[in-house]
Amino acid sequence: MSKNLKKYWRTNLRYLALLLSIWLLVSFVFGILLADTLNNYHIGGFPLGFWFAQQGAIYVFVILIFVYVYLMNKLDKAYEVDEK
Amino acid sequence: MDTQIWTYLIVGLSFLLYVGIAIWAKASTTKDFYVAGGGINPVMNGMATAADWMSAASFLSMAGLISFMGFGGAQYLMGWTGGYVLLALLLAPYLRKFGKYTVPDFIGDRYYSKNARLVALICALFVSFTYVVGQMKGVGVAFARFLDVDYTTGVLIGIGIVFFYAVLGGMKGITYTQVAQFCVLIFAFTVPAVFISFQMTGNPIPQLGFGGSTKDGAYLLETLNELSVELGFAEYTKVDKGNLTNMFFITAALMFGTAGLPHVIVRFFTVPKVKDARISAGWALLFIAILYTTAPAVAAFARTNLINTVSEKPYAEVPEWFSNWENTGLLTYEDKNGDGKIQYVADASVNELTIDQDIIVLANPEIAKLPAWVVALVVAGGLAAALSTAAGLLLVISSSISHDLLKNYLKPDISEKGELKAARISIAVAVVGAGLAGLNPPGFVAQVVALAFGLAASSFFPAIILGIFDKKMNREGAISGMIVGVLFTICYIFYFKPQLGGPGTPDGYWFGISPEGIGTLGMMINFVVAIVVSRITRPVPAVIQDLVEDIRYPSNNS
Repeated sequence: MSKNLKKYWRTNLRYLALLLSIWLLVSFVFGILLADTLNNYHIGGFPLGFWFAQQGAIYVFVILIFVYVYLMNKLDKAYEVDEK
Repeated sequence: MDTQIWTYLIVGLSFLLYVGIAIWAKASTTKDFYVAGGGINPVMNGMATAADWMSAASFLSMAGLISFMGFGGAQYLMGWTGGYVLLALLLAPYLRKFGKYTVPDFIGDRYYSKNARLVALICALFVSFTYVVGQMKGVGVAFARFLDVDYTTGVLIGIGIVFFYAVLGGMKGITYTQVAQFCVLIFAFTVPAVFISFQMTGNPIPQLGFGGSTKDGAYLLETLNELSVELGFAEYTKVDKGNLTNMFFITAALMFGTAGLPHVIVRFFTVPKVKDARISAGWALLFIAILYTTAPAVAAFARTNLINTVSEKPYAEVPEWFSNWENTGLLTYEDKNGDGKIQYVADASVNELTIDQDIIVLANPEIAKLPAWVVALVVAGGLAAALSTAAGLLLVISSSISHDLLKNYLKPDISEKGELKAARISIAVAVVGAGLAGLNPPGFVAQVVALAFGLAASSFFPAIILGIFDKKMNREGAISGMIVGVLFTICYIFYFKPQLGGPGTPDGYWFGISPEGIGTLGMMINFVVAIVVSRITRPVPAVIQDLVEDIRYPSNNS
């Protein structure tokens, strides 16, 4: 295996670690563990913890996937492993 | 026109559409049959995945469930969407690169073992069958309530439709039908929500109206909190702090379970390229999110509307929908204090109204006094949701039998034509079998959530993840991980589910984790066992290490 491919895989793993930390943060941390504290703050008529749990986390999930697609398409091209 | 005629009309038209698509999209090869020829456009695949994913439970029961749970209902919202992030980032692209037809294919090849394939096959069959019987039940119930036919006839009509397009078109027919079903179901779910949001808050977007204010200027959620407290319920948005660990585990089990469900994973085998698999998971979640962010708004609207409509109102003056649902037995009123009014309160000894959570979505348009065609649309949407999920599951069952069991286990020399024929026959048998089970559902079907997700999370998810990300994971590790994880999860669920005859009580829960959330622990056990066993047994053959290397790169141009 070439050195390049090793680097490709390591960058991929770095993206995964970053995006999955956000995934964990908005759902399990903001939406569950800290929801009660966050409920003291509001956006519009929503208590914040409630909003994360029932709306915000889902929006972030969608964004995370599209960001990953963008990052990986760029990475595939840079390392010339994209499908022709 | 009255609701009945509208319902016949709209449901009839939607069925005609599905049958038409099936005739157009006939499968001619096994590749067509198993993975729709591998040539589905990613956006279309996203819609089909969304329809496949959103079952009768998502469409009919979830908003009602949240309506009665308040904040805690978020476990379903996050749990049934968050798994797609895992799918897109950790599974879909690699499995697409692997490029075979089924999940047992991957397990069998990656772990160079027929036994591993067999374990995966049994798990896939069990999960899918449990799940599909629940869908058939949903079809029967929807027909029985709205089309004035009995439950049995309802199930039989459902079988007939699915039989037609699944046997004829395989994955190809199913995929295109699911695209149509997605459109029907999402339209049916959002239209009433938009009307109701506008009626109650002046904002037509339910996701925003839900956080907006009502006519009297107070925030809707604050009003709902006050109403709930007045009747003795907990505040709607209040976090139940005693339940946080359990909520955490349930949410995680649903997420990891989603990412391990064979009928979801197999959808990503249908697109042409690795990058299509990634983006197609994005589209799928976007389409799913439309329903999943609308549902909590519907839940809050319905709850507010319900309390305002019935609480302390004279029974003699209840609206028509109230009496309609009383006839079905899903809503009951008992005048305990004899004052002729409806007391709807948290205290069970005083409460006079019992409402089945499943009627919220169906009754919502009627409660909000929307026109008859909207009610009819919701019925068509519920049927679309149930049929599309059933079809996707039946395909997994059929390919498990014809491809994994017959072609790769019992009779490897079967011809392409013979395999296609076997696939058609096994899907036909699966449809009829699921229908018959749906007529007389075994007890475990109602527990489908705990079982299907718990099993998927504790068996497939770790085996696939380790297969991709851990080159040293070997046959011995993966098989022992799967077996220990699944056995632990099944035993816990059966022990603590009184509906399954288990003797356990909630006091005995480990760390307060209910059976719905135990899959998360089962998954962790699977990971630990697999890693430990793999490090003390024979190393992975070089050819398998090359396979793992290969699936990590979309293509190797160098």
